Order: sequence, then structure tokens, then C-alpha cells
Amino acid sequence: MAGKGRIKDVWREQQIFVQRAIAAGVVIALMTAALITRLAWLQISRYDYYMELSQGNRVRVEPVPAARGIIYDRNGIILAENRPAYQLELVREEVPDLDDTLQRLIEIELLSADDLDAARRAIRSRRAFDSVPIRLRLSEEEIARFAVRRFEFPGVDIRTRLARYYPQGEIAVHALGHVGAISERDLERIDRAQYSGTATIGKLGIELAYEDELHGRNGSREVLVNARGRSVEKQGALTPLLKSTSALPGTDLILSLDFPVQKVAEEAVWDRRAAIVAIDPQNGDVIALASRPGFDPNLFARGLTGPEFRALNENIDRPLLNRALRGAYPPGSTIKPLVALAGLTYGVATPATSRYCRGWFSLPGSRHRFRDWKIQGHGTLAMVQAIAQSCDVYFYGLADEIGATRLAEFLGHFGLGAVTGIDVGGERSGILPSPEWKRKAYRKPEDQVWFPGETVIFGIGQGFMLSTPIQLAHMTAIIGSRGKNYQPRLVSALRDPLTGTSTPIPPKLVGTVEVAKPEDWQVAIDGMIAVTHGGTASRSAAGAPYVIAGKTGTAQVFTVAQNERYDEKTINERLHDHAWFVAFAPAEDPKIAVAVLVENGRSGSGTAAPIARQVIDAYLLRKFPPPPTTDEIAKAAAVAAATGGE
Amino acid sequence: MIYEEIDRSPRRTLSETTRVLSRLKLDGPLVLGLALLACYGQVVLYSASGQDWQSVLRGSIRIGLGAVAMLALAQVKPGFLRRITPWLYGIGIVLLIIVDAIGYTGKGAQRWLDLGIVRFQPSEIMKLAVPMMCAWYLRERPLPPDGVTLLVLATIIGVPAGLTILQPDLGTGLLITMAGVLVVLLAGLQWQIITGLAGVAGLAAWGGWYLLHDYQRQRVLTFIDPQQDPLGAGYHIIQSTIAIGSGGVFGKGYLNGSQGQLEFLPERSTDFIFAVIGEELGFVGCAILLLLYLLVVSRAIYLATQTQDTFARLLAGSLALIFFVYVFINAGMVSGILPVVGVPLPLISYGGTSMVTLLAGFGILMSLYSHRKFAAS
Repeated sequence: MAGKGRIKDVWREQQIFVQRAIAAGVVIALMTAALITRLAWLQISRYDYYMELSQGNRVRVEPVPAARGIIYDRNGIILAENRPAYQLELVREEVPDLDDTLQRLIEIELLSADDLDAARRAIRSRRAFDSVPIRLRLSEEEIARFAVRRFEFPGVDIRTRLARYYPQGEIAVHALGHVGAISERDLERIDRAQYSGTATIGKLGIELAYEDELHGRNGSREVLVNARGRSVEKQGALTPLLKSTSALPGTDLILSLDFPVQKVAEEAVWDRRAAIVAIDPQNGDVIALASRPGFDPNLFARGLTGPEFRALNENIDRPLLNRALRGAYPPGSTIKPLVALAGLTYGVATPATSRYCRGWFSLPGSRHRFRDWKIQGHGTLAMVQAIAQSCDVYFYGLADEIGATRLAEFLGHFGLGAVTGIDVGGERSGILPSPEWKRKAYRKPEDQVWFPGETVIFGIGQGFMLSTPIQLAHMTAIIGSRGKNYQPRLVSALRDPLTGTSTPIPPKLVGTVEVAKPEDWQVAIDGMIAVTHGGTASRSAAGAPYVIAGKTGTAQVFTVAQNERYDEKTINERLHDHAWFVAFAPAEDPKIAVAVLVENGRSGSGTAAPIARQVIDAYLLRKFPPPPTTDEIAKAAAVAAATGGE
Repeated sequence: MIYEEIDRSPRRTLSETTRVLSRLKLDGPLVLGLALLACYGQVVLYSASGQDWQSVLRGSIRIGLGAVAMLALAQVKPGFLRRITPWLYGIGIVLLIIVDAIGYTGKGAQRWLDLGIVRFQPSEIMKLAVPMMCAWYLRERPLPPDGVTLLVLATIIGVPAGLTILQPDLGTGLLITMAGVLVVLLAGLQWQIITGLAGVAGLAAWGGWYLLHDYQRQRVLTFIDPQQDPLGAGYHIIQSTIAIGSGGVFGKGYLNGSQGQLEFLPERSTDFIFAVIGEELGFVGCAILLLLYLLVVSRAIYLATQTQDTFARLLAGSLALIFFVYVFINAGMVSGILPVVGVPLPLISYGGTSMVTLLAGFGILMSLYSHRKFAAS
């Protein structure tokens, strides 16, 4: 067959084919050379680079969270520790569809819809390939539920972690504070690398203030992972060597808190709203710091649900409020010993100076009557008796003679109007009023004027003045120690968890209050002793084998108009006066100074003083009343109900 | 005398083997090369499948099937092959149209034809049928081919290639085209035309860039720089270059490649098995593999040059060369110098029908060689 006259030339075709085969051979050689060159480039020239990449692929560095420091009371009782808990963790990069995964976790009820946003935020704000806890404290049943469906959730896994546990529950919660899930705000202030693998962080109280000490240093370990990010034991036939650095546990804290005393204090309060602070006047150690009602810090450590938090936050009794540090109340008569001392110091009065009380006080040229709590009056009183009977008229006059500026300056030496500097945060400074303060506090010129009447009521701790329970405990401690101002502190020593050796933190003496004559201290203290020996709070001090020096006080919640009588019966319980009692004992060489505030407790001697007595007994005599039985609680509730109906 | 016997026995065995092989119409060196490749493949497959004996067993069954096909085709006379070529081609075209039609009505990609017992890809037949048809068409025409002949050839190649690309299976379509084009090149297509066509192709590529859809351009860009899409299209290539590169000169050791064993490498037992070899056996392992391929290809080309008619020569040559094209495309793709197309590594990759097709092709090649009229002794 010939095409277009050409004849098939078999020999030539053979030639052509051989030529072409040779050409093909050359092309094949070139292509092979190209492949070999490429392989040599990858495997020889760039070997180190790719080796590192493959190492990075198969090895993931996982953080090993450090165990958080344990918190002990002064007797070695554990207040906060770590217990193993199961939590659900998620690695964003290994989850194919985050929204779908979270949705399905909600469907099997391992995540609540309320927590969805928080979980999403936590996931977004973490570093790449970090395992983010999205649900803490799983129950056995929840673990089982997840385990059977685990394969449906790539990138989600159950991890065992040490979780914070507060064995004492509610007791001392306002001193300890609590830990909680790390929030976006927390992430802004911490070194993220140091917290990768840590689920919780101190949120409040000691847990927050000593976060750096408690946290420790996280370690890391390399784990072998497959392409889906699951950690695997073996790689093919071999188990490669993996490096790890161990975590350094956080420092343990030893508190000055005396837990049995703390417990007595909290149980003595029962169902009232109250704050109790007890301080050792010799060194500022806080023996007890209670604010009632409290809450269980374990709720926060495991993660509160939205409704749980709202219930706590919106509770009318405000359990989340730390009344001991943040509750600012008029100090009332509790400052009278100091006003007396100020009078002596400024030479306005002598111990023997006496005044006549007819039930009310008026400034010269004014018709306004400042009433005494005792309508018929106390008659003629010298200084000690004036303190003992808490005569308002005496201190109205004395304050007027001292003057507001000098009185404020003197009270300032006792830490009033300023934070005490206790080693947990959140403290409020209250208000120590003075003409100067008023000029700064108010914008309008007409509001900036200090009226003479304001000096008068300043003398009995009413008016603008506000103090916190810790301030009054601190003040009482300074009086008790005759002028030594130690900064209150909760943590008295740091303990190395590895060696077990503890390093005490020396007490911090802030200063010493100077009075005109050292004997003047005794006048004020004698007044306070008289309070508990024939004075306003005699009943509560009866039978004590030591001498208690104390002072009652009431803080007005409801202002009684002129010419009107304060009538308990007509006033709602929440508008009743707050009751104060401050005390130290033994009077001659005080070991404990206490301030007790009972909200709407009506009278310092009736409600606050008995609590203080129990605390002092517990501390000095190691006398611990049995915890109230359910019967007693019921009875107390009945009594309270009956009193409320009076 | 004892020495003599000992000395002779191996030689006799060798010559006996040769005799058995020639009786079976097989070529010794080529069979040896293929056998070595298949063994190498099974050893690597054991590691690449994650030590799964099942995969190795199924792989071996495919090799067995391929060997039977090779042996059977080697017995067939070239004349018979030549006669059935148009029929085979025609049936292939019909099947392709059926597959396309089913795919169209089924609204989805369709490559398989389900015959109840076996499912097979008609496009796989075309890998053999197209070069056969080209060689058949050229067998009695004067070479190099003229213009009209070239147009006919373009149709012979273009129709099945087009139908395959429509399935859509671009990779196989290009391989079918390549198989046909190789026949034309071996037939002595003038260099001027080759360079001319290459120039036109270059221009078309340049112009085509502007006609491509965005996603298609993206694909090309990802090929040039895989890092642009490290978790998507670039993932395969990044992981396979890491696997190969981290193997170094001697590899990480058999069964000890982290990329492969920990499944970072996608499709590690099929299209990307070359990366497993690179990782576990290193540069040396890759070089040995390429050497084996070169041995097989050069022997196959040699056999092609020894055949004595145009049909046999062109078909045998194209079968030899297309084998190398597979090797180059797969190794080039896995090592990142060619774009990712689904081409298995011949005789090594697990699965598919390619093992059978390839060995069948070698069976045809050996038939063409061993049924020469004037066999040199």
C-alpha cells in the first residue's frame, strides 16, 4: 500500500526506528537524571531541613501542667489542694468542623448551650495546637458517654488533670478565694506559654494574690502523634526516644489563718449576713477572716454554669461580696475610744474631764439637737465611763473641741480611711471624712462646705465615715498593742513542696502610733475594759477567764428624721442598724483583736459581741463549741422569725 | 569427574531456564526485571500499608493475575493481535461511550463499567488499544507519516482520549494520548513537525492561562508553590517532599518512616508509595528502584528494535516507552517536579487495574519479539 506515490521502504523504516529508539533512550536518560537530581536535592542537600520538618510533624510538644501549690492553715490543715479530675479538651487544629463538633457535644449533653460562647472564646484565644479545656470535672457517667463516641470527635479527648479542690467547702472562702477557668482577660496579663496546659487560674483572694507562687512552672513532654493528631505509642515497628522536662510544682502557702477558729467564727454567724476579722496584734497575722454568707469555691473550680452563677450573683444576701474587705459601713461608736485618745493627745481633755449628758447635744447658737441613744441621758460622765456607756453626747462635745481635721488626722494613724494593705486584693479604703476630704470629694462649691454639725456626728462614727471590718480589726489591734501598726497578712510562710522547708515571711511593722503620754493608752483601754465589765457589753464577756477590752457600735442604715423616734418595729429588717463589736484580749497583753459586723444586727452587744466572744474563746482557750445541730438551727430560725415579728 | 559435574550443573540449569522461557515465549531478562520490581513493590507495600498482610496478599493476587495475562498474551501470535486490533479498538470506543452516557444520566463522574462479576475501566483497555490501533494503521503506510495520515492518527488518538477526559479523567486521557503519540514519534514524525507542535502547545498553554477558571489557575499555582495552600491542595506534595527529604541517603529504615507510618503521607500505599521508599530506604532505595526501571525499559526497547515488522516495532516501542512515562510522571509528581495527577507507580503501587494492564502490555511486547520469523539464535 503506497500513499501518494511513496513506496514503503522497510529498511529505511528500520533505520528510522532505531534512531528514534536511541533518541528516546537519550530523553529517558535526561528524565532519569532530572529525577535523580531532584532526589539528591531533597535527600542530600536539604536533608536537615526536611528531617526537622518530619520531626516536627510526628512529635508534638505537650505541656505538663505544674501542680498548684497547696494552701495550709497555721495548724497544717489543708484548705486548698489538687485532686485528679477528668476534663474534656479540644485541639482546634485537629477538629475538622468546630461548630459541628461543639453542637454534637451539646447534643450528647457534655457541653451546655450556655457554655458554648465561653468555650468558643477559650478555643479562639489559645495558641495553635494547644489542648483547650472546654469542660472541667466530668462525672464517671459522662466519661463513659464520651468514651463510646470518641471516634466521632477527632481532636477532642478526655484528659486527667489535677484540679483544685477545697476540702473545707464554704469555710474561709472569702480569704482563700478560688480558681476558675482562664478567661480572655486573664490571658492578656499572663505569659501564655507558661499557662499552656493549665486550665484554671486564681480568680480571687489568696488564690489570685499569690498566683505567681502557687502556679509553679509547667513542664513539657514530647508525644508521638499521627496525622490526625492522636497520640500513638509506636511508629511502625519502633518506639522512638522522646524528650521531656518535668514540671516544677507551685509553692505551698502556710496561712496565719487558724482554721478551727475560722470555723467557729463562721458557724457562730449562722444564717446572718456578717463579717468577722481576727488579727494577732503582736504581728498582724490574720487569725480569721470571714464573710457570711459564703459559697462553695469548688463550684468555680469545676466551672459554674450560667444559671448557677446568676443564682449566686443575684442572691439578695450577696454571697459573692467579701464583706470583710469590701463592705464599707459607718463604724459608729467603735471609734469612741480613739476619739477619747485623740482628745488626750491633743490636750483637749484629761481622763478626769467630765461632761453632763441630758440626752442631747446642741452646738452653741444652734437649735439642732444631736440625740443620745439613751433618751433620758447618762448624767455626768468622765472619759472611761463615757466609753463604757458609749455616751454619744460626751463624744459629740469632745469631737467638736478636737475639730474635724485633727480628728481625721489622728484616726488616720490607725489605718482608717486607707486600705490596710492585707496581702489579698480587693480591699476598699472606706471614707475618713474631713473638711479637706469634702473639698476633694464634691464638685459643687455648696457641697464642699464642711458644717460644724458634721464634726459632731464624726465623733460617734456616723455621717460620711465608712470603714470595713478589716480596718476596724486592724484599728483594734493597734489599740491593743498600744500603738504598734502591723500590716495584716494572711500568708505567714512559703513552703517549698520539694524539700518541705518553709520560709517564714517576717511581720511588717508599718509604724508606731504616738500619743502624748503612754498612760493615755491605758485610759482608752480602761474604757474598753469597762465596756465589758458593767458597760454596754457586759453580758457577752461574763465568765471569761481573761480580760476582754471591747466596744460596741451600731451603724445606721436608716436615717431617723428630727423629732422622730427610732422604732425598730416599724422598720423593715433590712433597714435595721448594723451591729458592730470590736474587742481584744487579754486586755493587758492582747493575743487577738476582733472586729465583728452583723448586718442589720440591731445592737452590737446583742448580736455582734457574742460572736466575738466565741472567737476569742476558741483562740485563747482552744474551746470549740460543737457545730450547731439541725435542731439548734431550726430553733434559731424560729427565734429570728419571732424577733422579726416583734 | 566429580568436579566436572558440579561445574556443569548450574550451566545446565541456566540453559534449561532459558529453554523453558523461550518455550513460553517469554524474555528472560525482562521477566527477571519485572519480577524484581514486583517483589520490591510487595516488600514496600507491607510497610506502606501499615504492616497489613491482607494488602500484600491482595497485591500478590493482582501480580498473579497480571502474570497470567502476560503469559497468555505472550502465546498469542502477532498476526492475531493485528487482526483483532480494530475490533478491540472499536469495542473500547463503544464501551467508553456507554460509560460516558451512564455517567451523564447518573449525573456524576463515571469510570467503571459494572459487569456484575467484575467492574472494569474501558479507559484501561484504551491504554493498550490506542497504541495498537496507531501501529495497525501505520503498519503498511510509508513512513514517516504524511499529513493525511497524521490527521487520521489524530482522530484515532483524539476520540478515545476525548471520551476519557469527558468522564472526567484527565490523567488517563493524557496517558492514552501519550501512548498514541509515542507510536507516531517512533514512526519517524519529522523533527520540524515535532518542534512545530511543541511550539504550538507552548503558545496554547500561554494563551490557555487566560482561559482557565480561577480554581484551575489556583491548582497550577499550588503546584508551583505548594506552601500557598498547605492544608489543602498543597498538603500531599508538602508531606511527600518531607517524607522523601527526611529519608536522606540511606533512609530511616524499613518500617520506620514516620511520615508514612504515622499517616502524614496521604495515599501512601497507592499513588504516593514512592515517598515511602524515599523515606524508609532513602536515596539509595530510590536509585535502586529507578535502576530496575531503566533495566526493564532498556530491555523492552531492545526487544522492540529486534522485531521485524512495522506493527510489531511501533507497538513494542510505544509499550516500552509508555512504561517509563508512568514511572517519570509518578516519581516526578511525588517528588514535586510535576503536578499531582493520579498515576500509579508501575508494578509498585497497590490497587487498581494498572498492574494487570501493564503486565498484559509486556505480554504483548514479548509475543511480538518471540514470534519473529527469523529469530536470531
